[in-house]
Amino acid sequence: MSKTHVTCTVNGEETEFLCDSNQTVLDVLREDLGLTGSKEGCGSGDCGACSVLVDGRLVCSCLMFGSEAEGTSITTIEGIADGENLHPVQSQFLKHAALQCGFCTPGLIVATKALLDANPSPTDEEARYWLAGNLCRCTGYDKIMNAVHAAAAELRGESA
Amino acid sequence: MQSFNYVKPASLADAAAALSGADDGTVLAGGQTLLPTMKARLAAPSDVVDLGGIAELKGISVSGGTVTIGAMTRHADVAGSADVKGAIPALAALAGGIGDQAVRNRGTMGGSVANNDPAADYPAAVLGLGATVKTTSREIAADDFFTGMFETALAEGEIVTSISFPQPEKAAYAKFPNPASRYAMVGVFVAKTASGVRVAVTGAGNGGVFRVPAYEAALSANFSPDAIADGVVSAADMNSDLHADAEYRAHLVGVMARRAVAAAAG
Repeated sequence: MSKTHVTCTVNGEETEFLCDSNQTVLDVLREDLGLTGSKEGCGSGDCGACSVLVDGRLVCSCLMFGSEAEGTSITTIEGIADGENLHPVQSQFLKHAALQCGFCTPGLIVATKALLDANPSPTDEEARYWLAGNLCRCTGYDKIMNAVHAAAAELRGESA
Repeated sequence: MQSFNYVKPASLADAAAALSGADDGTVLAGGQTLLPTMKARLAAPSDVVDLGGIAELKGISVSGGTVTIGAMTRHADVAGSADVKGAIPALAALAGGIGDQAVRNRGTMGGSVANNDPAADYPAAVLGLGATVKTTSREIAADDFFTGMFETALAEGEIVTSISFPQPEKAAYAKFPNPASRYAMVGVFVAKTASGVRVAVTGAGNGGVFRVPAYEAALSANFSPDAIADGVVSAADMNSDLHADAEYRAHLVGVMARRAVAAAAG
């Protein structure tokens, strides 16, 4: 089987790769581009650990072929911070200790950023509904929700 | 997952040619069912024909009381469409309740309808609204399209191009979701139209989506939750699995039908 040549943008940088037909975007990110922040949990779109943004929209990178990435702009957890400065979602997850084992955290941070880009002032119900595709088996979600709302407030320019 | 030949045609004609030239070709729409199925090796196609490059399959238009939605239109785009919200708000709301945000950003209407998962939401809207499925070769009425669990009237190599929904007077969809997957354990779509009431049920039947003529007749005479009687749907025709047994699903059909009618009437 021939490989597909793909040109896309990953975290703001133009990127080219050759992928096998059966490689997902997640496979390419982790195995070929060295971006191992996105995790493979279930591999079937249930857990959200592989969440990335494709053209600004939240997707499971395990349910998209690498070949489908042609011409897209992908943002992974590695592209969320501004250089050394953590994104408010990242810093609020740290501040609120919104993680235990950390496996779901990259996906949750990417999904939360997508939420707050689309809806800067989500209600608790809206936030939980949006993040329903990101499973955490450690925390019980309370601290995660606290971090989400604190990040939303910070991004709105309100003092914490 | 086994490797395959990946093809991304720019036109429907090229897609049809790629499919007919393949040993065992399949169509890739949003991939939210196809990829898990291939990973589980329940499918191992020789060729995957990606419809993502065909512009004519995308988009939403409203004209003359009909909403036409391209097969590659993503669930999130249907849910967020001002045109759909204005003409058939129940359809936009249904799309916004499919799976989770990531699924809605990739999954497509054509893919969902062509797959005809017995617990998918869109088949209830297509059948409940009496929509017309347009394909590369013909137009198929919703009543003729869904032929059984994961089965449709689509012929080998035939591709769904768009679906046209007539605007109802009133409509609503009520779903009892599986709390983990948000697939419908039972979902009921009710539509009141000039020619009568249609009631379509997904998630429950052991033959996939189905209509309930007794409810339709009762609601055509009296469009009220009170018109929905218990015991109309037989448990013998329902799915039974670890999430809900057949008797429970049969009961839920009446419950969700009442909720849908109340929402549509209100």
